[in-house]
Amino acid sequence: MFNADDLKKKFLNDIETARSESQLSEVWKTYLSKNGSVPSLMNGIKEVAKEEKKAYGQFVNDVKNWVQEKYDEKKKEIEALELQQKYERETIDVTVPVKARPMGNLHPLTAVKYEMINVFAGMGFEIFEGPEIEDDDHNFTRLNVLKDHPSRDMQDTFWLTDDLLLRTHTSPGQIRTMDAKKPPIKVLVPGKVFRSDSDATHSPMFSQMEGLVVDKHITLCDLQGMLDEFVKKLFTGDVKTRLRPSYFPFTEPSVEVDVSCFKCGGCGCSLCKGTGWIEVLGGGIVNKKVLENCGIDSEEYSGLAFGIGIERIAMLKYGINHMGKLFENDIEFLKQFKA
Amino acid sequence: MKVLLSWLKEYVDIDVTPQELEKKFFGAGFEVEGVEYLGENIEKVYVGQVTSIEKYEGTHLYICHIDCGEQGHDHLILTGADNVFQGAKVPACIVGAKLPNGMEITPRKMKDMMSYGMLCSGGELGLDKDWYKGADVNGIMILDEDAPVGEDIKTYLGLDDYVFDISVTANRPDCQSVLGLAREVAAFLGKEVKLPDMSYTCDEVTKPEISVTVESQDICPRYLGHYVYDVQYKESPLWMKRRLIAVGHNAINAMVDITNYVLVEIGQPMHAFDLNTLEGSSIVVRRAQDGEKLVTLDGKERVLGHNNLLICDKVKAVGLAGVMGGLNSEITENTKEVLFESAKFMKDNVRKTARGLGLQSDAASRYEKGIDEYSVECGMARALNLVTTLGVAKVSSTQFDVSAGASTEKRVIKVPTAKVNYVLGIEVPEEEMVRILKNLAFEVELSDGVLTLAVPRYREDIENYQDIAEEIIREYGYDKVVPTFLGEALVTNGGLNAAQSKELSVKNFLCTQGYYEIQTIAMTSKDEFDEFLIPADAKERKVIEILNPITENLSVMRTLMAPAMVRAIENNIKNGNTDLRFFELANVYIPKSLPLTEAPDEVKTLCLGTSGSDEDFFTMKETLENFASYNNIKFTYKRGNVPYLHPGRTAEVYCDGTLIGTFGQLRYDVIDSLAIAKDKKNDTKIFIAELNYDVLKTKFKEEITYTPESTFAKTSRDIAMIVDKKVECGDIIATIEKADALVSEVDLFDIFESEKLGFGKKSMAFRIVFASHEFDVTDEMTDKAVDGIVNLLRDVYGALMRS
Repeated sequence: MFNADDLKKKFLNDIETARSESQLSEVWKTYLSKNGSVPSLMNGIKEVAKEEKKAYGQFVNDVKNWVQEKYDEKKKEIEALELQQKYERETIDVTVPVKARPMGNLHPLTAVKYEMINVFAGMGFEIFEGPEIEDDDHNFTRLNVLKDHPSRDMQDTFWLTDDLLLRTHTSPGQIRTMDAKKPPIKVLVPGKVFRSDSDATHSPMFSQMEGLVVDKHITLCDLQGMLDEFVKKLFTGDVKTRLRPSYFPFTEPSVEVDVSCFKCGGCGCSLCKGTGWIEVLGGGIVNKKVLENCGIDSEEYSGLAFGIGIERIAMLKYGINHMGKLFENDIEFLKQFKA
Repeated sequence: MKVLLSWLKEYVDIDVTPQELEKKFFGAGFEVEGVEYLGENIEKVYVGQVTSIEKYEGTHLYICHIDCGEQGHDHLILTGADNVFQGAKVPACIVGAKLPNGMEITPRKMKDMMSYGMLCSGGELGLDKDWYKGADVNGIMILDEDAPVGEDIKTYLGLDDYVFDISVTANRPDCQSVLGLAREVAAFLGKEVKLPDMSYTCDEVTKPEISVTVESQDICPRYLGHYVYDVQYKESPLWMKRRLIAVGHNAINAMVDITNYVLVEIGQPMHAFDLNTLEGSSIVVRRAQDGEKLVTLDGKERVLGHNNLLICDKVKAVGLAGVMGGLNSEITENTKEVLFESAKFMKDNVRKTARGLGLQSDAASRYEKGIDEYSVECGMARALNLVTTLGVAKVSSTQFDVSAGASTEKRVIKVPTAKVNYVLGIEVPEEEMVRILKNLAFEVELSDGVLTLAVPRYREDIENYQDIAEEIIREYGYDKVVPTFLGEALVTNGGLNAAQSKELSVKNFLCTQGYYEIQTIAMTSKDEFDEFLIPADAKERKVIEILNPITENLSVMRTLMAPAMVRAIENNIKNGNTDLRFFELANVYIPKSLPLTEAPDEVKTLCLGTSGSDEDFFTMKETLENFASYNNIKFTYKRGNVPYLHPGRTAEVYCDGTLIGTFGQLRYDVIDSLAIAKDKKNDTKIFIAELNYDVLKTKFKEEITYTPESTFAKTSRDIAMIVDKKVECGDIIATIEKADALVSEVDLFDIFESEKLGFGKKSMAFRIVFASHEFDVTDEMTDKAVDGIVNLLRDVYGALMRS
C-alpha cells in the first residue's frame, strides 16, 4: 500500500520544534501551502495503477487531514502561549494610586432631610415647600397664635414690616396646604425657619420639618403609631416613643415626643443624659380652630401635626456636638457625611 | 418658676420624695429644669452648746468643749473667734463635716493641741443676715438660745429643703405661683389643696378723700385698691425672708416683701403706693401722653408714649402699670399710709411696654404671661391677711374695685365624653374622666355621656373638648395611648414630585462633580455690598431690612449668594484647606417694591464656588457644561460684567436665549479684602457662579420622547481660520450654527496664538458635522454649505482660512 511515513515523521519533527507563529507559518508553507509537500503527494497519482487511483486519492486526503489536524492543534497551542506572553508583558502594578477627582456630598442637613422625607413618603406624605417670608396671618393668627398670645413671646420673631416676617416655624405650611387642598391630607413641609436668638444651641436660621395629616378620625394614637414607625426607620434599632404633655397653640392636646435612647437602649448614657429618653419633636392633635380657620369641618375631620427640628435629628444621628458646626461649612466637617 | 418644696407643702400634703415629685411634675407637663438642695454640701454640722471655754495661753485661740447632744456630748474644738462664750449655741462641725466652701473637717493640731472639729460662721455655711440674724458677724454665728442641741444645722436653719425650677408652658399662667403648682400637685397626687389664709378684717377707719379712676379699661379691666394705715417700717420675719431669698428675691422691708411674697405665692403682682406721695389722694389709670416722663424705681428716667399705661395721681405719674413703680411713690421709713394695688393689666400691653423700654421686672414678666381676675382678688386678700398677721399695718374699710364688667362666675362648658375619646383614640372610662376633672377642681356633672363642667376661674385656657381631652390624658397618663398606624385614614400617594426629585438629582450630580453642598445664613449686612464693590445704584442694594436684627451683620435679607460662598471659601483657606468645590442652592430675596408692601420674590439660586491649584475659569465652565449635559439642556456663553468678578474673566450663561446667570473669577481687589494671609493672597483665585434656579428649572425637560435614530448619512469637515484675537470663539460657533440648516454640531478642536500668525491674531479650528433628518447629506451639499460658512466668517469676522 501507499506510504508517507517519512513525510509524517519529518512533519512531526518540524511542528514539534515550532515555537512561534512565524515558525509555524514556515511549517504551513512547507507542508500545507499549495505547493507544499502534502498537496504535492497528489502528483504521485500519475504513477498509480488505474484501479488504485481512487484509493490513492483517499490516502492523500487522509494524510492531508492528519497533517492539518496536527497543525491546528499546534496552532492553538502557540496562540495560547503567545497570548499568555502578551499578558505577562502587559502586567502592571495595580496598586499604583491614581489622582481621582474626589466626590462631594450633600450637606448633613440635606441628607437627613431627604432621609426623613423617604420615611414619610412611604406613608403617603407629599412634600410642600412654602415661602420663607410669611405674613402674620399664616405664621401666627390662623395657627391660633392670637395677637396677645403668650406664645408670640416664645417665638422671637424677625419682623420685616408690621405684617411680614421671617417664618418662625414651618407650621404656616399647614395653613397653605389646607387652603389649597381638602382632606385626605398627608403633607410634609421641610424648610428654613428663623428666630431672633443666637447662642451655643441656637442659630438665627435653622430648619424644621412640619407634618400634617387631616382625615376622618385621626387620633393621638395615630400620632404615636406613626411616629413610632418614623423613629424606627430613622434610628436603627428597637426604639420606641414616649409622649408627654406640652403646649402649642395650634395643637390640643400637645405633646413632646421622646425617643428611647438608641445609643444605650434606654439604660441611661451621656447622649440621653442618663434619662433613657431623647426629646426629638413636638406635635399633637390639630386644634379645631386651625381646621376651622382653613374652612375644614372640624366635626367631620380631625388631624394630627408634628414639627421636627432637622438640626437636632442630624446632630443626634451623626453625633455632632455643636450646632454651629452645621453652618461653618468647614470642608473637614462636610466631607464626613458621605452616605 | 422657682418654688420651694416646704412652701408647696404648706398647701398640699406631699408624701413622695423630691425625686418622685420631679417625675410626677414631668408627667403632668411641667418640666423640672433643676432641683437644688439648699443644704447641699453641708454635712455633720450640728447645733452645739459651749459647755466650757478657756483661753489657750500663748496663742490667740480658745479651747472649747462642745455638747452636740446625740452627736456626742464633749467635742474638743479650738477656735480663734472671740465672740464665743460659755453657754453659747453655735454651729459645730465635728470630725468628718463638710462645708459648701469645700472644707472637710479632720482632727488637726493647732499649736500643740489637737482640735476635733470647727465652729463656723454664717459665711462658711453660705448664709447672710437675711437668712439668720448674726450670720454676717465677723466670728462664729451665735444661734438663738432655743436652738435644740444636737439638731442637724440644715434642719435648724431651714436648709433641709429643695428649690424646684419648673418650666411652665405658656397656656398655664395660673401655674406661675406656689398656689398654682400646689393645685397641680394636689391633682396628680389625688390630694386636697389647702388655700393660703386670705382672711382679714377691715376696721371702721375710712379715708373718704381717696379716689380710684380707671380711664383705660381696655388695657386695665380690673383694678382693686385698698387703703392700709399705721404702717410699721420694719423687717419681715425670718421665715418670709428665707422663702423669698430661696426663690431669688431680696428681702427689703416688710411692706415690700409682702408684695413680693404674694407675687410668688398667689402669682399676683401687687404694688404699694405711699399715700402721702399721691397728690389729691387719687389714683388715675390712664395712657401716657407722648413724651411724658417718669423716673422708675431703678432711678432711670423713662420717656413714654400713648401705648404705655400709667398709674397717676391728680397731677403726675407714679408708676408704670404692671412694670415698675415710680421713685416718687416708693415706700420709705417715713411711710405711714399705703394704698395697695392688685390689678389686671393686659399682657400684650405690659409686654410691649417692658420690651419697648428695655425694662424687665418680676411684675412685668408675670403680667406678660397673663393674669386672671381670680388672682387679682386672691392677691389683695392675701396681702391684707399678711399685713395684719405680721403687724405691718391696719386694714381700713376704704377699698375700691373698678371692673370692666367681666363675670366673677365660673364659666360652664358641655363636653360629650365621646368627643374626648375621639381625640384620644382610646376609651377612657367616664368615671375616670369625672375623677380627674374633679381633682383639677372642675365642678362636674355627668349625664347621658355629656360632662357639664364649671371651669375654675383661673383656668382661662379651657374652652372646648380638645382642652378637656388634654387635661384628662395628662392625668390619666400618656402611657395609656395605644399606638395605631393611621388605622382609619385613606391611603394617599406620597413622595417627591417631579420638580422636587429633580432638585435632589441636581444636587447629587454636583456632588459627583466634586462639589460639597454648603448651607449659609440667609441674612447678611449692607457692608457686604461695599466689600463686593456693588455700585451705589445697583438693584442688589435694594434689600429687605429686618426691623429687629440681632446684629448688624445679619440685618438684611440677601440678594446675592456670592458673598456667603466667598466667606465659606475664605474660612476654609484660613484653616489651610485650599482645594475647594462648593455649591449652595438657596433663596435670595428680591423685594417687589420698597418699603415692603407685599411678600417679596424668593428666588432659588444655585451658587458654585471653587478655589485651588487645579481650578480655573474653564474647570468651572466644564462643570456647567457637564451640568447642562446631565440635564439635557444647552448653555451658551457671552462675555459678561459683574461688579465683583474679573472684568476679563466673566461670562453670562444663557439657556434657550434666556439669561440664567453669570460666572467668573473673583476680582483681585475683593480677594485683597478677605482675611487670608497676605502671602497666600497672590496665589488665591476664587471662581463663582450664580444661576437663577427658578428660571433654569423651567428649561429642564419634563418628559422624554424617543426619536428614532437618523439613518441618513452625515458628513463632517474641518475648517481652520486666523482671526483677530478679540474675536470670540462663542460668536464664531454661533455664526456657524446659524449659517446653514445642515449644520448639526460645531466643535472647537484647536485654538492657539503664535507670532507666526501675526500680532494680535489667533487660530481656531472647528469640526463641523452636517446632517439632516430627511435625506442623506452629500459631498456636494457639504461643499456648498462650507463655502457659505467660510464666506460668512470672512465677511463678518475677517477670518482668513487656513488650509
